[in-house]
Amino acid sequence: MTETIVELKNIRYAYEDKIALKDVNLSIPRGAFLGLVGPNGGGKTTLIKLLLGVLTPQQGSIELFGTSVGKFKNWSKIGFVSQKANTFNRGFPATVKEVVATGLTAQIGYLKFFSKKHRDKVKEAIELVGMSEYINQNIGDLSGGQQQRIFIARALVSEPEFLILDEPTVGIDTENVQKFYELLGKLNHEKKITLLLVSHDIGTMTSHANGVACLNKEIHFHGDTEAFHNLSEQRISSFYGHDLNIVTHNH
Amino acid sequence: MLSQFFEFEFLRTTLYTGLIIGLIAPLLGTFVVVRRLSLIADGLSHVTLAGIAFGLFMDKKYGLAVLTPFTSGTIFSIFGAILIERLRTVYKAYQDLAIPIILSGGVGLSVIFIALADGLNNDLYSYLFGSVSAVSKQDFNTIWVIALIVLSLVALFYKELFMLSFDEEHAKVSGIHSKSIHLLFILLTALVISASIRIVGVLLVSALMTLPVASSIRIAKGFKQTIIYSILFGEASVILGIVSGYYLEIPPGGTIVMVLISFLIITTTVQKLWLKSQRKKAIV
Ligand SMILES: Nc1ncnc2c1ncn2[C@@H]1O[C@H](COP(=O)(O)OP(=O)(O)OP(=O)(O)O)[C@@H](O)[C@H]1O
Ligand SMILES: [Mg+2]
Repeated sequence: MTETIVELKNIRYAYEDKIALKDVNLSIPRGAFLGLVGPNGGGKTTLIKLLLGVLTPQQGSIELFGTSVGKFKNWSKIGFVSQKANTFNRGFPATVKEVVATGLTAQIGYLKFFSKKHRDKVKEAIELVGMSEYINQNIGDLSGGQQQRIFIARALVSEPEFLILDEPTVGIDTENVQKFYELLGKLNHEKKITLLLVSHDIGTMTSHANGVACLNKEIHFHGDTEAFHNLSEQRISSFYGHDLNIVTHNH
Repeated sequence: MLSQFFEFEFLRTTLYTGLIIGLIAPLLGTFVVVRRLSLIADGLSHVTLAGIAFGLFMDKKYGLAVLTPFTSGTIFSIFGAILIERLRTVYKAYQDLAIPIILSGGVGLSVIFIALADGLNNDLYSYLFGSVSAVSKQDFNTIWVIALIVLSLVALFYKELFMLSFDEEHAKVSGIHSKSIHLLFILLTALVISASIRIVGVLLVSALMTLPVASSIRIAKGFKQTIIYSILFGEASVILGIVSGYYLEIPPGGTIVMVLISFLIITTTVQKLWLKSQRKKAIV
């Protein structure tokens, strides 16, 4: 049996008295590439914050790598690219190299310094996202899409086993979105990284991911992409609350 | 011209103190500026003033030599730092409110202590605007101990301090103890401020922390380079400011700040010209 990376059981979460998630059960096995979809305000970011231990559920349990979140210590096993990643202060004087290196800070630990080995890892991660020629540029001087790739490199540099991406392709042009999904595919196949990807671009996402979960307060569907495509359009729209045009990419 | 600085011990002490604060003020200042917390330096310096006024008052009324104005200033500054942190968590949505509260509280207390100590005197004037002759041997010893503490803690926690400055949310989800690191940062700022006040004065201490960074940020690539250039600007301004202040008989706070402002004008102009020439090159 494959190991379970994430196990959510009966999660309920409310912001004050506004319910964001209820009866959420979700389990992600090692090696999965799960796409998480749902309408705005459906609770996707909230779910991720619960996974990362930023928020604590009012009810239910969360396990990461078999340990409950409260006790989980090994955060460098998990990489995260936030929906707000590129809302940082653009005037911040930091080079690409310096930003990516922060992805190692927690792993290296307090009172220890960067070594040659760490610097090599930083270079590798930047190469992996195809940004090597910008390594000494200030991050604020890059385009939005390029910045997004740097934030992915920052998440990858600690060699996480599980990578969470919250709408990482917003503001990236189609050609680069394509490249980006190829990169994710490579990470999933070659590096065996388990992926959880939030995206509103259902068409592109389903042609690369191998599983889909639909979240609108509750999990309305969780299965492989095949099964998702077989869902009636009506069912998808009903859970989105409006009509939806899904452009499917057939390979 | 510099020979006098090596002849008289008090001038030598002042110059050494200047070199120390020319290093630590811009170093911490870089973190302060990139986190957009420049006003914190002003808030804390006014709390320090309250501490100094308290020290002067105690000295005058009770002749308590144990607590020099410098020491009580440092203690107030540290408490001010902790208070700012408390207030920031109380006013989550209006975090910048903490600073005017602290600042006006500091000034209010200062006024009270000054009045109780029977008004302004020369000492206080030197605390407000800095002085080339005010650094006692005892102050100097405290200042370099503070500098050692600041330098070693910044070196030890550099990567965490940088990470927190760049992306607080990321630091938190990575498992960094962001609250403790932030507290460390603000305590270091408080120490640097109290160490710098003897030379640049309460009113201009924030300038020594932020103006070198304002110049450096225009021309540097990356964070480390920003720190290095800031320190170079800081040191140059302190040396030029102290020497010229001494000969012109002006408190060094004024001369140091004017030197820093001219650096700012120069770097801004140079950067504009450089951009222009780059654009021309691109067109040709
Ligand atoms: N900090 C907060 N305080 C109060 N309510 C919040 C907060 N964050 C989110 N919510 C509410 O919780 C619900 C879920 O929000 P969430 O951000 O998880 O949605 P999402 O699925 O990520 O949406 P999007 O696709 O727009 O990113 C929304 O109704 C939102 O208004
Ligand atoms: Mg979201």
